[in-house]
Amino acid sequence: MSAPPASQPVLSVRNLCKNFGALAVTQSVSLDLHAGARLGLIGPNGAGKTTLVNLLTGMLAPNSGEIILNGETLHGVQPEQRVKKGLVRTHQINTLLMEHTTRDNVAIAVAERRGFAWRALRYGSQWRACLEEAHACLAGLGIAEAGDRRVSELPYGQQRLLEIAIALALKPKVLLLDEPGAGIPSTESHIIDEALDRLPQDIAILLIEHDMDLVFRFARDITVLVQGAVLTSGVPAEIARNLQVRAVYLGRSQQV
Amino acid sequence: MTEPGKPILSPAFTPPGSGLAALQLRDIWHLAPWAIAIGFYFVGDGFHSFGTNILIMILFTLSLDLALGYAGIITLGHAAFFGAGAYTAGIVAVHMTTDPLVGLALATVLAGVLGIITGMLILHTQGVAMFMLTLAIASMFYEVANQWRSLTGGDDGLTVPRSAPLLAYFGFAGFRFDFRGMTGYLYTLSVVFLWFLIAWRVVKSPFGRSLDGIRQNPRRMRAIGTPVWWRLVAMYGLSAAMAGTAGALQAHATRLVGLTSLNLELSGIVAVMLVLGGERRLYGAFVGAAFFMIVQDWAAAKNPVYWMFVIGGLLMAVVLFLEGGLMGLLDKIAGLFTRKPEQKAGGAK
Repeated sequence: MSAPPASQPVLSVRNLCKNFGALAVTQSVSLDLHAGARLGLIGPNGAGKTTLVNLLTGMLAPNSGEIILNGETLHGVQPEQRVKKGLVRTHQINTLLMEHTTRDNVAIAVAERRGFAWRALRYGSQWRACLEEAHACLAGLGIAEAGDRRVSELPYGQQRLLEIAIALALKPKVLLLDEPGAGIPSTESHIIDEALDRLPQDIAILLIEHDMDLVFRFARDITVLVQGAVLTSGVPAEIARNLQVRAVYLGRSQQV
Repeated sequence: MTEPGKPILSPAFTPPGSGLAALQLRDIWHLAPWAIAIGFYFVGDGFHSFGTNILIMILFTLSLDLALGYAGIITLGHAAFFGAGAYTAGIVAVHMTTDPLVGLALATVLAGVLGIITGMLILHTQGVAMFMLTLAIASMFYEVANQWRSLTGGDDGLTVPRSAPLLAYFGFAGFRFDFRGMTGYLYTLSVVFLWFLIAWRVVKSPFGRSLDGIRQNPRRMRAIGTPVWWRLVAMYGLSAAMAGTAGALQAHATRLVGLTSLNLELSGIVAVMLVLGGERRLYGAFVGAAFFMIVQDWAAAKNPVYWMFVIGGLLMAVVLFLEGGLMGLLDKIAGLFTRKPEQKAGGAK
């Protein structure tokens, strides 16, 4: 398989609009993600970042506009089918299976990706293969030692890594990282940084994050969302200099 | 722990085996319930029909464990499928054939299909709404059986003819069902064992694990691409089929199918048995159903008026003081004798 030509983005969002009654929470948002993209999405609280994620994953239906994944429109495609097509997200708040082991959490995702999760009676060798892949996936993020532990016993930082491990086990083409650093004390924030650095280079990544340090270290491009609309886009250095961004965004919350 | 840029050394990992190959000496306790059940056949003179009833309720409780325990489907109408199975087996015996296996198979399939159809209607809902819908469906099943007198006998019930000898095929005389219910006991035990093997396999499968995941967090499962609704429907259908088998076994054993096999009290009792024994344990169904039936029998003999009071008190004691039901209590007792040496050995490596 050859990489798609540079002219064709993996994920393309065209004039996406969403209203809740009279409130326009997403206003004609367009953005493109090419293979290997590292796009940071920032904006003050209430800018519509979470709504945009829900529109992309299919949890919400847009009022107008289009989402195109690998040249195929996602209109009317169910959330779980979008995952199968390679559009995967992580969650801001952990949604892990707390009663399962760490490795099982990943292996269940692997089984689902392999289309093997319907097997109820004959599954021995294939399930073992899922466990092996899950182990390798955990090892890639440095938490293989925790494989046999119940998720409820894991420290929070490792739970955040597991959230990423599960997403990677689904072999995404586009990965939406919804505040991967949320809730992690600053002394441990380096483990998320390292995990993000290790992500496969060919995946297109959209990072939604409040931690400006993390965004400016990780993203190669940044899009600023304000009141549901794209205010501006550019490389991090441009965004940092942009007076409009400073006024609208940084002026409200003294985060930088 | 890890420095950036350096490859991460991961511990070697060998996935555990599954199925019979994974069994070890410490799993020998799995034999205990079956040894007790088989032993009862030889020593339970005069109590074989009581034993058969216990086995039937074990199977029914096991079916509820799949739906309520593992998949988290909040149902208080599972008697619908038990009754559907019982009536199917009874009607087959009256109108078609007294071969018990034909009635059993048809009852299982029909209950499973009814489970899938009703599951498709109710399983997109959650919580109280789902609970109400299971009640509503059970009530409708009850009313159909009550009104369709020509087929079901209405509130008089349906008298089921004695089953023909079991496995009387290809010139083989088969096993006759005796008046003391000894053949019926072994027949029921065999069917329960087969279903137990299936349930045991299913709950450890990727399918079973994904349903356990749906119970814990449906959002997570959707986010990894699980078709949540379809999977719940499939498990509900499997559980309903199992409940239908239990109903058919009861029709064959008691030779009378009445509206009590469909009523809400039975749905409630089977839920009580499951909670008493312990959810998501498979053997919880065994302990819970057997314990309930024996206490009920004993309490009803002591005092026919207040026996429900005894059951209610027991249930409160178990729910308030025993996490994980009677199986949880057995775990604690077993924990006093073993110190899990295998875990320490694993950690020292």
